[in-house]
Amino acid sequence: MTADIDALLEAYRGRGREALLPALWDVQRAHGHISPENVHRISHVLRVPEADIYGVIGFYTLFHDAPTGRRIIRVCADPTCALVGADDVLHGLRDRLGLSGDGTTADGEYTVEHSPCLGMCDYAPAALVSQRGEDDIALPKATVDDLLGAWNGTYFTPAGDDGSVLLDPSLSAAPQTLSAYGDYRALRRAIFEQSPEEVIATVEASGLIGRGGAAFPTGLKWKFTRGAAGDIKYVVCNADESEPGTFKDRVLMEHRPHLLLEGIALAAYAVGTGKAIIFVRGEYPKATAILGSAIRESETAGALGAGIMGSDFSLDIEIRRGAGAYICGEETALFEAIEGKRGFPRMKPPYPTTFGLFGKPTAVNNVETLCAIPGIVKQGADWFKGYGTAESSGTKLVSVSGHVGRPGVYEIQPGITLRSFLDDYCQGVVGDLQAVLMGGAAGTFLLPHEIDVPLTFEDLRAAGSTFGSGAIMVFNRSTDLRDVLRRLGLFFQHESCGKCFPCQLGTQRQVEILERLDAPRAGDRERLHDIGLTMSEASICGLGHTAALAVLSALEQFPSMFDAEE
Amino acid sequence: MTDDKIKLTLDGQSISVAKGATLLEAAREAGVDIPLICYHEATSPNGLCRICVVDVDGGRVLQPACVAECGADTRVETRNERVQRSRRTILEMLNASVNLEQAPEIQDMMTDYSADDERFPDARRRESEVIDDNPFYVRDYEQCVLCWRCVQVCAEDAQFTFALTLKNRGHETSVATAFDISMTESPCVFCGQCVGVCPTGALKPKVEWGIEQGWSDEELRRQTRRGRKKKDAE
Repeated sequence: MTADIDALLEAYRGRGREALLPALWDVQRAHGHISPENVHRISHVLRVPEADIYGVIGFYTLFHDAPTGRRIIRVCADPTCALVGADDVLHGLRDRLGLSGDGTTADGEYTVEHSPCLGMCDYAPAALVSQRGEDDIALPKATVDDLLGAWNGTYFTPAGDDGSVLLDPSLSAAPQTLSAYGDYRALRRAIFEQSPEEVIATVEASGLIGRGGAAFPTGLKWKFTRGAAGDIKYVVCNADESEPGTFKDRVLMEHRPHLLLEGIALAAYAVGTGKAIIFVRGEYPKATAILGSAIRESETAGALGAGIMGSDFSLDIEIRRGAGAYICGEETALFEAIEGKRGFPRMKPPYPTTFGLFGKPTAVNNVETLCAIPGIVKQGADWFKGYGTAESSGTKLVSVSGHVGRPGVYEIQPGITLRSFLDDYCQGVVGDLQAVLMGGAAGTFLLPHEIDVPLTFEDLRAAGSTFGSGAIMVFNRSTDLRDVLRRLGLFFQHESCGKCFPCQLGTQRQVEILERLDAPRAGDRERLHDIGLTMSEASICGLGHTAALAVLSALEQFPSMFDAEE
Repeated sequence: MTDDKIKLTLDGQSISVAKGATLLEAAREAGVDIPLICYHEATSPNGLCRICVVDVDGGRVLQPACVAECGADTRVETRNERVQRSRRTILEMLNASVNLEQAPEIQDMMTDYSADDERFPDARRRESEVIDDNPFYVRDYEQCVLCWRCVQVCAEDAQFTFALTLKNRGHETSVATAFDISMTESPCVFCGQCVGVCPTGALKPKVEWGIEQGWSDEELRRQTRRGRKKKDAE
């Protein structure tokens, strides 16, 4: 085993701290955990202090510094999986294995853990399984028998319709191959017929705004990055989608890998770099594998790599795997993770367009945003603006979970109302609608009489809600919303990085109160209000700013839920 | 010359500061007090305690005065209702997790901001045993506010020793050595800089701690090896 690890680490010799997460993944895959002896070895190869490596292991929940079972099973404990019995699966596993909580069996065969959202809310309950020495597997509609035995890990959501831009309705369950996707025509046109500035101008004219949640204009971001001083620049694709109820980027990566790769190549051409990195959340092993194959396929065909299509434009696209930290979806925390550090968000300014990955100008874009680019370059800004509204141009992917006839990812034209969307696309609400959590865990509750709001960035903002990353969670009257709030509170408490006091302390104080909603204490309403506003106004990053949104919304929408008994 | 200065309004006072000055520097120039916990002149500012937040032009979020630069023609409020709520709530939440008995400056802030020291009943406190594993200092992480200063001076801010790190995350974060080994097993060179920058009683010279424990002179000498030097001199 020792010799194996030495041989494995030999591949990293000459590299530095940036190789830390990949090295930790390799060691854990072979060894099940990362022991003090192996931290010592990694420290010498990468020249990173042992204390720092220990700190990094402890930050990312998919890494273990103590021995684990040969099979590690993680079951989602977030709201939509809970609606369909995820707790029964988790408790069933523990019962069968004789475990009283999260832990490892005495024979060293199994480790069972509860997990934050695994991004498969359309196939709830979801689980992630790591078998020593093998690739990880994300398991849909998990049962105790599946998880302890052999499994069949395939899943697919039919998602597009005839008007689809991003999601082709003819897609099969298999990822689209390069020959099915076709030549990178938009990239060819850009390289041979357009200057980078022209590409940026087209994207700006299209009105495309970021699909990751912050809604920043994409063309402007590229313009800043291109204009920033410095020879070395990067394009980073943020594929760390991790918010409960959000899984659209997973579907894109698994089914439209070449659409994403072409979008990344266009971004790299536009900002002027030959290096791009896709940071994929650790819970998406299937998407990671599919993207890896797609990159090799394109490099072989000359659509990526050195001298693309015979031009002097070259692009190396690297995939980096995250290791279990929602915070790394925050762009600067994501850079820190790639740099081999704990995923703490940085202070802004400076912004990534001037000081990003490794301190270099960086354009960091969400998966869905980049997937919109090939269409825009190929068919023009006006074509894109033909979809949606003036302020929410183009199509938008929406992840729907919970009590609807058909959960999944849908491509919509902004402007359709939430009510029509639920009726026409999702086969309606199952049961009697109680509330919709709009925008994901960091979203707000809409009541049944409020669902005539048009799904656009501007209308939702005006209604005091948010499009966020496009997550819609639907709850009927059978749902205990106290339990939903408690689970959201646990999610944010678990995912706070701990850097700034408001979020580190606020997510803890918040969940303590949410856990006693069956019998609130006098003053809990005011406590939640103060905690929520303090996190929203004083935290460092977007996680802290939004960690109380759903609770603040519930205080307004369901005031009696917080009443203390006289 | 005038190009290097910008004007802004701070708590109603019109002031002019050097371009690039932080809001904290501007406040000091204007004679306005801003509370600070994590900030220290000798360490790289991380703007993480957020006790120094101020309101700039009524923006969506408050700005950390220690690191945020002054903007020309902005209107800064250092102690309006929003600012006071954030500062008070941060102090109340901190007090519910951490033993602040030996942090007089933070206790003064609690008084100043009318923080209720029982605001969060039944809160989970960060509890731990005092770690006494070397002759020079003890670590009592129940008193640690996670200002990061000790980790910073042990690393690139001063000593480049890298004995310390942060482990876990969120509310469960703590300062630790690799795999919690003792200080004597770690790369620590006992330079004492971490003890010097600790704003609470979390890091304390062993002599001071021994006196608090009521150790005899004999015990103090034995525990801190103060006897050896004396003997060598004789």
